[in-house]
Amino acid sequence: MEENKMFKAFLIKYGEIGIKGKNRHLFEDALVKQIRHSLRRAEGTFEVTKEQGRIYVNCVGEYDYDETVESLQRVFGIVGICPVVILEDEGFDKLAEDVISYMNMVYPDKNKTFKVHARRARKNYPKQSMEINCDLGEKILDAFPEMKVDVHKPEILLQVEIRSRIYVYSEIIPGPGGMPVGTNGKAMLLLSGGIDSPVAGYMIAKRGVKIDAVYFHAPPYTSERAKQKVIDLAKIVSRYSGPIYLHIVNFTDIQLYIHEKCPHEELTIIMRRYMMKIAEHFAKETDCLGLITGESIGQVASQTMQSLAATDEVCTLPVYRPVIGFDKQEIVDISEKIDTYETSILPYEDCCTIFVAKHPVTKPNLNIIKRSELKLAEKIDEMVEEAIRTTEMMVVKED
Amino acid sequence: MEAYLDNSATTPCYEEVRDIVVKTMMVDYGNPSAMHNKGVEAEQYIKQATKVIAATMKVQEKEIFFTSGGTESNNWALIGAAMANKRAGMHLITTAIEHPAISEPMSYLEDQGFRVTRLPVDRQGVISLEDLKAAITEDTILVSTMYVNNEIGSVQPITEIGKLVHEVNPKIIYHVDAIQAYEKYRILPKKMNIDMMSVSSHKIHGPKGVGFLYINSKIKCNPLILGGGQQLGMRSGTDNVPGIAGFGEAVRIGYENLDEKVAKIRNLREYFVNELEKMEDVTVHGMKDNQGAPHIVNAAFLGVRSEVLLHTLEEKEIYISAGSACSTHKRSKSPTLTAIGASAEELESSVRFSFSEWTTKEQLDYCLDTIRQVLPMLRRYARH
Repeated sequence: MEENKMFKAFLIKYGEIGIKGKNRHLFEDALVKQIRHSLRRAEGTFEVTKEQGRIYVNCVGEYDYDETVESLQRVFGIVGICPVVILEDEGFDKLAEDVISYMNMVYPDKNKTFKVHARRARKNYPKQSMEINCDLGEKILDAFPEMKVDVHKPEILLQVEIRSRIYVYSEIIPGPGGMPVGTNGKAMLLLSGGIDSPVAGYMIAKRGVKIDAVYFHAPPYTSERAKQKVIDLAKIVSRYSGPIYLHIVNFTDIQLYIHEKCPHEELTIIMRRYMMKIAEHFAKETDCLGLITGESIGQVASQTMQSLAATDEVCTLPVYRPVIGFDKQEIVDISEKIDTYETSILPYEDCCTIFVAKHPVTKPNLNIIKRSELKLAEKIDEMVEEAIRTTEMMVVKED
Repeated sequence: MEAYLDNSATTPCYEEVRDIVVKTMMVDYGNPSAMHNKGVEAEQYIKQATKVIAATMKVQEKEIFFTSGGTESNNWALIGAAMANKRAGMHLITTAIEHPAISEPMSYLEDQGFRVTRLPVDRQGVISLEDLKAAITEDTILVSTMYVNNEIGSVQPITEIGKLVHEVNPKIIYHVDAIQAYEKYRILPKKMNIDMMSVSSHKIHGPKGVGFLYINSKIKCNPLILGGGQQLGMRSGTDNVPGIAGFGEAVRIGYENLDEKVAKIRNLREYFVNELEKMEDVTVHGMKDNQGAPHIVNAAFLGVRSEVLLHTLEEKEIYISAGSACSTHKRSKSPTLTAIGASAEELESSVRFSFSEWTTKEQLDYCLDTIRQVLPMLRRYARH
């Protein structure tokens, strides 16, 4: 839109990280870093500055408004994005004139209530904040008689900040919330290619956690395209989380060995236990503080309370399951929002869906499972080591 | 050894085809519609390709129209002919085993108010002439059948169908999807009562993105793509000179010693099918006694899911197809195999091998040996 050209800066609002006491500057620095990183995708040159408890994105020269807003909307920690008009200080009358034309441009429908909220960062400005509020309000009322003042619940809160130049803004575009990535350690995501696991990764990343991932590949039972799909999903998640170290484990031999030695109805549970073990190995090796899965209670046989307990039992790290209480549709809604849905539903087999027994156990008894696993004793440790040794590692990030 | 046995999906180009494509991109790159010399030069390539192609079918050059490929040719034939002739009737006849490039436009026409009869096929994938005769009504304006089925290689009795259709009513248009048949059979539309015929370039060692539709000059067909009026106003859009020149060159080379090449492929097929039939729990679909197309073999390896066999062979550089390649992204049941009455187990475990003039006995032996070797392992880990 043409009128977007008048915005030369964005004020970044961040909620939660403002209250982190002495660590506050760490969070703010992380947020600034993430904003700079994300803006590399947008056309334009940007200066990101931190001053007096606010973060500004100043746009130097021409830039693409939509791309810029879109990039900012992917940065965890941002609550709101305010497009700002920057005015030179050329006296109060000129300011009033510019503010009126701003209001005219941004609000074609004048039948609204408003309030002016001025702040004087530069104290030598000839008018005090309250005076600016009253005088500007009056000018606006004169220009647009349909507008009304409401100081309690205005529809438009017009912010006027007097700095070396004057910043005017009133609109707030919502950000994703959460906390800046990198402020809360790192965790290992078990990424399958389905709908749930990318959402789980997104949700944990949103809380400031850096994400690495592990995928279990089973050629020839799963195809190269299935693997590419997982890489594509990781790439989408990395838009939000930053680069992801993706571990691709060849799981075929282990899967076949379990299939050969153990009761088929226990196959999925036993397989999941070995997946967790291998994922945990990589997690510990790369200083992750937890594992992440996309499980939700009762969704499939391997996600009943009993099954989850049985898979948890092999791990010493905490296992985070951010969608545990979500219905499928709620997870789908998030996956559509973060743009992973279309990729997730591509029809390639993943590791968990091949060899699935017609009637898998839904209430596994841990003692029985462990007894079944004894049948694997001869070769399994060696096979797990081999799988770890031959794992392919790649850095997935946005192109 | 690499064994590319997916030639019904696409084929590698002849070297001469590459050369002419490069030349028409880099040297004789003019737009044939331009008035200057550069345009005239480029136009020569199109004239030459048209001449070569028309000669293979003994039709007039003005009856050949270049398209973006088989799918466009099929869409145009059905929609163009149905729309141009709807005042004569609203009934269309096709078969139950057509490629989606026919069955989808047919469904579209159904939504537009046309009535569509889809003829069933027998276990070998062939329609019955009695069914066809019974289906034709006074309202019928178009019959469309494929020549060679892309999945199992069954061959429809084109000559008989054409004769029957025009005996009942000479005004009915007979369209043939010959995308898997061109250069495997000598097709003479005038003799065989074919009014329209679709062909694709990349199935016969030509470039992708080009095909043609033959339209008998006596029938009515509307254009589907409107614009600058190229190709007699029947198919607008700047002529795809590299594609058309490459296509023409592929046809020229393909028709050299055609009968010998086809006989060689047919012999290889016979050998391959015999060897497959010696294996346990393998069903070869399609026509018996090597009566089907010379280059397509479809077989079910019971107990092994088709994708798994495909990916296992892929690791050995053997390339085959599970389902027809053009629709692999949909995990749906094959319409052809369903129509011939294949069992659920066969549907899950059927793969297609397809040959070209470059396929060798060594490649087939390598493929057969590999299958014999991996089958027991794959069957051991079947889903229970």
